[in-house]
Amino acid sequence: MPFLCLFFMLLFSRQGKLRLQKWYVPLSDKEKKKITRELVQTVLARKPKMCSFLEWRDLKIVYKRYASLYFCCAIEDQDNELITLEIIHRYVELLDKYFGSVCELDIIFNFEKAYFILDEFLLGGEAQETSKKNVLKAIEQADLLQEVRYSPR
Amino acid sequence: MPAVSKGDGMRGLAVFISDIRNCKSKEAEIKRINKELANIRSKFKGDKALDGYSKKKYVCKLLFIFLLGHDIDFGHMEAVNLLSSNKYTEKQIGYLFISVLVNSNSDLIRLINNGIKNDLASRNPTFMNLALHCIANVGSREMAEAFASEIPRVLVARDTMDSVKQSAALCLLRLNRTSPDLVPMGEWTARVVHLLNDQHLGVVTAATSLITTLAQKNPDDFKTSVSLAVARLSRIVTSASIDLQDYTYYFVAAPWLSVKLLRLLQCYPPPEDAALRSRLTECLETILNKAQEPPKSKKVQHSNAKNAVLFEAIALIIHHDSEPTLLVRACNQLGQFLQHRETNLRYLALESMCTLASSEFSHEAVKTHMETVINALKTERDVSVRQRAVDLLYAMCDRSNAKQIVAEMLSYLETADYSIREEIVLKVAILAEKYAVDYTWYVDTILNLIRIAGDYVSEEVWYRVIQIVINRDDVQGYAAKTVFEALQAPACHENLVKVGGYILGEFGNLIAGDSRSSPLVQFNLLHSKFHLCSVPTRALLLSAYIKFINLFPEVKATIQDVLRSDSQLRNADVELQQRAVEYLRLSCIASTDILATVLEEMPPFPERESSILAKLKKKKGPGKLPDMDDSRRSVNGSTDSTHSFTDVLNLNSAPSSGANLLIDVFSESSAPPAATDVSEENFPRFVCKNNGVIYENQLLQIGLKSEYRQNLGRMYVFYGNKTSTQFLSFSSSVSSSDLNVHSKAVDPVIEGGAQMQQILNIECVSDFSDAPVLNIQFRYGGALQNIAVKLPVMLNKFFQPTEMMSQDFFQRWKQLGAPQQEVQKIFKAKHPMDTEVAKAKVKRHKSLCRDSVSQRLCELLSEQF
Repeated sequence: MPFLCLFFMLLFSRQGKLRLQKWYVPLSDKEKKKITRELVQTVLARKPKMCSFLEWRDLKIVYKRYASLYFCCAIEDQDNELITLEIIHRYVELLDKYFGSVCELDIIFNFEKAYFILDEFLLGGEAQETSKKNVLKAIEQADLLQEVRYSPR
Repeated sequence: MPAVSKGDGMRGLAVFISDIRNCKSKEAEIKRINKELANIRSKFKGDKALDGYSKKKYVCKLLFIFLLGHDIDFGHMEAVNLLSSNKYTEKQIGYLFISVLVNSNSDLIRLINNGIKNDLASRNPTFMNLALHCIANVGSREMAEAFASEIPRVLVARDTMDSVKQSAALCLLRLNRTSPDLVPMGEWTARVVHLLNDQHLGVVTAATSLITTLAQKNPDDFKTSVSLAVARLSRIVTSASIDLQDYTYYFVAAPWLSVKLLRLLQCYPPPEDAALRSRLTECLETILNKAQEPPKSKKVQHSNAKNAVLFEAIALIIHHDSEPTLLVRACNQLGQFLQHRETNLRYLALESMCTLASSEFSHEAVKTHMETVINALKTERDVSVRQRAVDLLYAMCDRSNAKQIVAEMLSYLETADYSIREEIVLKVAILAEKYAVDYTWYVDTILNLIRIAGDYVSEEVWYRVIQIVINRDDVQGYAAKTVFEALQAPACHENLVKVGGYILGEFGNLIAGDSRSSPLVQFNLLHSKFHLCSVPTRALLLSAYIKFINLFPEVKATIQDVLRSDSQLRNADVELQQRAVEYLRLSCIASTDILATVLEEMPPFPERESSILAKLKKKKGPGKLPDMDDSRRSVNGSTDSTHSFTDVLNLNSAPSSGANLLIDVFSESSAPPAATDVSEENFPRFVCKNNGVIYENQLLQIGLKSEYRQNLGRMYVFYGNKTSTQFLSFSSSVSSSDLNVHSKAVDPVIEGGAQMQQILNIECVSDFSDAPVLNIQFRYGGALQNIAVKLPVMLNKFFQPTEMMSQDFFQRWKQLGAPQQEVQKIFKAKHPMDTEVAKAKVKRHKSLCRDSVSQRLCELLSEQF
């Protein structure tokens, strides 16, 4: 049985601008750019009524659009597609709860937070905590540790 | 309204991001970025030491610039500084930077690892988690070396917090994927299994993922997890939705954990213990039952979660392949999904059913859905879904429905996407050959393939049809007639001309009696296509022409005129010119008898495995993403190289179920491996030497290199794949009655043209007479190969010279007086011995002897001659 996990997750806008990229496998920067370019093109070309899965090279791509953002995950061909769709949904829920009705701009201006939230939910490509409450609690605790800033610049 | 950052909100960062967004052009953006980079560079180099907040802000800006797609070559030191800070937010940014911009500078790595070590030892769970996240995100070999033995301890320590346990488990999982050799098994493995019983479901989830990965490497170590997993799954599946509280997702109980537990169970065969097996069966039945219940919520998340568990349960049922009722139920459930409103479910059902089709218990049940699948092929709008339908038709094909399925696939081919045509062509060719009862149908099918999708008909396909026609007398006439008719079409594909040219060249005589297909008509027909064809086709046609000259003397003159023409004899292409010249000459000087002998009908081809199947597996099977850092295997096939992406995705190490499906489809035709003879033809050569080739056949060469010391021997066995196709499921074992032989496991795949090495450690514990036997098994082109070779390990390999004084020697020699201690064997030499040469050899040997005893022996010997 091969590895079963996420290989990467990409968030991009309808114009193809990459808003978040999380890679769970080691790749060179050149390779990452190539994959991103090609995959973004492929997904943007899909029509609305098509199914949420597509075969791309040897991988399976699971994607879903939320408002102006495409959430795109790459999994092994034999991995569970439906649970991956729900991983995407859970991540969106987390972002939504944290930012209060999240929109693309939140992710642009608070990109580092988007990565932190993702790390609390997924690690090494696998779901580590599937209770929404627990993930949000962990993030809030981290936020409480932030000191007051002393010199605005 | 741009949301201002929560918490400490680095305003400078927000302003910078706004600036970038307001840039009207790419040039403006680059200009703004360069300005900022210069600013940051100067701040970093500046005399004033930066405070933590500023450092954090600048590092974050650099990160943003990098993620936009620009190269960043500085900032690592500052990031490393940040992660050693005591302030959490600074640490966070520091870690994020170095996980995204991975740097291979060894000093930096040392510093980073130091920071991580400190955080791991800090006993502060938030800091520990950050450190673990970083290791899991980067997962480099250096980190594995530094931490792979520490993390298991953190994982199973009693005082570790739950959140830290989760991070540690998945961190270890990541390290095991990238550097499995560095993760030591130990007594912690038993404690990890025990985590399956933990109260905290998050811990259980993480532990399940970890165990699933580790169990693939060492299944025995984690066998005990099966019963715990079944128990846990059972509790989840039968729980009321309020029981699990936080872990209930849209009214579905712990769907992620359920899926992971089901996946863990797929690492093992069905439980042997009857009670456990029945509990699991109950569990699976409950899941299947739930699918029939009305949904608790209209939201798609509810049905996705529920069905995710259902599909995984079906995957487990298929994997076990042991409960017919479950298999049939699964098939029926999937059958329902085939007509569901949601495209996703139809797609998944088609995909899942493919695997069900190869199980003997459910094959018939799958076939009942053939009409639905054919309908899907015709009506589905999404090409991915249509492709799944094609795959399923291929999988469910058998003698009873082959004709219909092939016809449907052919009609689909007419409008299919170009990207998938070649695969469909290969599949149709395979099915047509496999299930042909009447080979005229086979010939028609292949010719149809060429007509519909000629560009995608690879060489293997049309070679095969020719091989079959040559080998089967009963279809030759039909083939000639059909090909002749097909060639009449005004625009026919070049592959058809190739096939037609060859077949008419061989069997045109079978239809020459009819005036409509007289020799001259045939020739004119072929020649009318000549100028439209590429060089290889023309070469083939020229060969057909000389065959015509032999078959039909009445057209000899006409053809000779053609050959004689300048465009042939002076053709720019060497091959064409040579053929024209030689064929012309041959036709002039050879008598009819000689010509007939030279151009005799092609003999039947030897029966061999279809190369089409190999080609299909290559296409369908594990491919590689382009431009990946390919860690090339060394000549000896050692896999010590650090794992690159290709290795992580290297499905080569275990054949994907897709490839297995294809092998299974053909398994009934491959004969069960016969008891193999043990090869020992090269065995005697190895009495006096330790290196050389011990076995060779058309596919495989086995070479040896051995060394011996006292009672231990080491043998390097080199397996060379002489073909251009992979060997799959390669396994080798050594059987020996008297010796202890330890062998390291080998890779199950040997690439075409590659060599693989295996080390055998041999221990001689007492005298022995039987040599060990090396048993090899592998799959080549779908057929199972079994080879057994006697390994040249003889008693004399373990002999060691010992020094002794001549008196001691003769004393011992005289002690060997008892009758059974003396053996004399007179044998005839295979080759004549030149006495003079032998004498000289012995004399030369004598001069090499240092002591008088040996010298005396040599003298005695030489006197015998």
